[in-house]
Amino acid sequence: MGYSFPEEVLEHVFSFISLHTDRNAVSLVCKSWYEIERWCRRRIFIGNCYAVSPGIVIRRFPEVRSVELKGKPHFADFNLVPDGWGGYFYPWICEMARAYPWLEEIRLKRMVITDESLELISKSFKNFKVLVLSSCEGFSIDGLAAIAANCRNLRELDLRESEVEDLSGHWLSHFPDSCTSLQSLNMSCLLSEVSFSALVRLIARSPNLKTLRLNRAVPLEKLSTLLHRAPQLVELGTGAYSAEIRQDLLSNLTEAFAKCKELEGLSGFWDVVPFYLPAFYSVCSRLTSLNLSYATIQSPDVTKIITQCPNLQRLSVLDYIEDTGLDALSLSCKELRELRVFPSDPFVADANVALTEQGLVSVSEGCSKLQSVLYFCRQMSNSALTTIAKNRPNLTCFRLCILEPRAPDYQTLEPLDHGFGAIVDHCKQLQRLSLSGLLTDRVFEYIGNRAKKLEMLSIAFAGDSDLGLHFVLSGCESLRKLEIRDCPFGDKALLANVSKLETMRSLWMSSCSVSLGACKWLSQKMPRLNVEVIDEQGDLDSRPDSCHVEKLYVYRTVAGPRLDMPSFVRTMNQNPAYRR
Amino acid sequence: MPPPLLGIDGDDHGHVSLMTSASTMESIFPKNAGLTERNYLGLSDSSSVDSSAVSGISDVKRSNLNLKATELRLGLPGSQSPERDPDADLVSAESLDEKPLFPLLPSKDGICSGSQKTFVSGNKRGFSDVNNKVSSCAQTTMINDAASKVVSQDQTHATFGNNNKVNTSNPPAAKAQVVGWPPVRSFRKNILATNAKTNDEVDGKPGPTALFVKVSMDGAPYLRKVDLRSYTTYQQLSSALEKMFSCFTLGQCGSQGSQSLSESKLRDLLHGSEYVLTYEDKDGDWMLVGDVPWDLFIGSCKRLKIMKGSDAIGLAPRAMEKSKNRN
Repeated sequence: MGYSFPEEVLEHVFSFISLHTDRNAVSLVCKSWYEIERWCRRRIFIGNCYAVSPGIVIRRFPEVRSVELKGKPHFADFNLVPDGWGGYFYPWICEMARAYPWLEEIRLKRMVITDESLELISKSFKNFKVLVLSSCEGFSIDGLAAIAANCRNLRELDLRESEVEDLSGHWLSHFPDSCTSLQSLNMSCLLSEVSFSALVRLIARSPNLKTLRLNRAVPLEKLSTLLHRAPQLVELGTGAYSAEIRQDLLSNLTEAFAKCKELEGLSGFWDVVPFYLPAFYSVCSRLTSLNLSYATIQSPDVTKIITQCPNLQRLSVLDYIEDTGLDALSLSCKELRELRVFPSDPFVADANVALTEQGLVSVSEGCSKLQSVLYFCRQMSNSALTTIAKNRPNLTCFRLCILEPRAPDYQTLEPLDHGFGAIVDHCKQLQRLSLSGLLTDRVFEYIGNRAKKLEMLSIAFAGDSDLGLHFVLSGCESLRKLEIRDCPFGDKALLANVSKLETMRSLWMSSCSVSLGACKWLSQKMPRLNVEVIDEQGDLDSRPDSCHVEKLYVYRTVAGPRLDMPSFVRTMNQNPAYRR
Repeated sequence: MPPPLLGIDGDDHGHVSLMTSASTMESIFPKNAGLTERNYLGLSDSSSVDSSAVSGISDVKRSNLNLKATELRLGLPGSQSPERDPDADLVSAESLDEKPLFPLLPSKDGICSGSQKTFVSGNKRGFSDVNNKVSSCAQTTMINDAASKVVSQDQTHATFGNNNKVNTSNPPAAKAQVVGWPPVRSFRKNILATNAKTNDEVDGKPGPTALFVKVSMDGAPYLRKVDLRSYTTYQQLSSALEKMFSCFTLGQCGSQGSQSLSESKLRDLLHGSEYVLTYEDKDGDWMLVGDVPWDLFIGSCKRLKIMKGSDAIGLAPRAMEKSKNRN
């Protein structure tokens, strides 16, 4: 009876539905809803750029204003995906330039984007507003200059953690004087200097600038100048936080920070000279977000800061904070939602700081709103994990990295199966989990049985046999992404759970025991999966089927095998019938 | 309760219908085989051949022939790789002679024999390749890994963590680096590395930033990039580069590593190298890597190139002269 209800009304109702999962559900109700929905969908999210082709997307959604794409698998962050693997944005921009003249927003993660593509973006979309390049690469300052010069209404330019080739040349001056629309600029990943005068002028004519993240090359002496021009900032990333000890510099900086009444988030802090830390104390009471993960300051200095931040919700810090600092955190920051503790010296065998499992236990006790944890440490115990689990059943993301692979419970020398089992048992809303330490197949049995909301699981140096993998694949109902390295998982579990793989976005297995023959067999059995074998040893064709593959990346797709692979990546069973 | 996995109780004809149709797979994957307990640190079982490597032997023989010609080693043309003892099984860290694999010209920062074990010298590959049954160098790596990591490899980890007393005779040992472990992003590693260096400097001076240079190789279809500041010696650099570019040179390495393969491979290593590592300096001249002290090198290196030994012969005299002029 859908036709008796005016389309315009339905469209209006749909405009309130923004989550893409909800949108997808709406489109499945009936054919007329599918049609209405596809014409009014404005934002699309594609979690794997190879799962679908630009052509298919554009055919279905003709009126898109915002595109979000992800390319390489997550383990690319840790250099496990060789250069040249793929994730190119160019095919997308070529078609979108033609099909979406009103496109406003592009957000990319782990993709390769060239200067040519950037220039195409800058010239194809009259109303282009937002460009976010997260962990991307392949472009240089020239591409940024094109964006600056041509995007008249640019609101947001965020280069977070991308790798930009810094040729000489200043790109900031390419923003025309008439450009006053900038609200967010994140250039923290740039290695070379920017023209300071161009930066100041840009900031001065951008009254709506809320987020400014400088790069390391912007010296501390110049920070107060910038702050004076932009007292309305909500998020600030400093440059290098060091200078010669000068009292006048400290006073200037303190005064500048004091004028920023809206400041809620701080980051940057490379090369910190502790003398200058008090400059921003006036802001601390308002801070909700603090990223000190580049600040090599010791525990007393860190503690001094965080004890002044009662409203802190997100904290990233180095393990210099130590257990004492985390104790202080648990007492002072009752609003804490997310904690990330990074290792200061990950490649040294012995601990260089007094940070143990106890710090995390304290935080789990004191911070009742804690949901998300990323914690690097050198020792862990089942009892600590169990305590954490019982304290914080509201955890949604738990990533623990014990630096030594296969480290057991340091007190009992047993595997950490029970500890992680407690985590998945108590934290019923857990969506993301990263394991480490000594683990047997038992932990996977716990995970398979209990972690029903788990969407992403990362496994390294764990398990005893295929049984472990089988537990996960057969038990975790919500699993979307599974990434595994250096585990004794072979063909059996994989081949016993082939249909599971189509319900997931992707599976990554490297340095495991999956054979080439199994990959071929899997690909024949499941034509809607791309089974990609990555092998830098060369010459896959002459290998026997029993040979183990170096790296395996399996993902579901409606676009068929991709055509842009380098020589060391092979899709098994390329059947031309499935090409788009 | 998950559905039972076939093969648990020795019953391979389990309820999963997929497997019953794949009878050919049965012959390739022998029942209950291949899942021997693997010690990835190579400690107890230095000859742990993957028992499912049923058809590896012929490939081993085939790859023997190609190895010498196609192997990537970095060193001066005409130089010889040092001898290595393939049976150095579980020798203690002190007695293992950490000879450089790539005989670069001696430089002031003392490449090899320090007790500072920031890497496992003499290895062509890192930890993850120990697990990679395809890598024919797995055995070599395991042996050397075992020797230098004897401290942290204590099977019971009895002295793990803060109470690790075994290594007190040496300064805190740096670990051999497993690729991609711990999972820390490279820009984060760079920051920490440079910060660690600046701790020695006067407070207040900002540290150096990362230093990416392009690395090209004759015949390779694309470039790679490396951050010179993430290494502290030539050894680390050449190991990393070798790992990166091995795919272009090693032909058919395709079998699970067996002891005999690695021994013959070691012998092949002794017969000189095919490729050398060169760099373009600030003056635009191409020089052999290894001429100058490390710090001087990273100060003047603009890009790297792995070229065939024959092409690089002419470089040697100029390089020596230049460094003489500098010194």
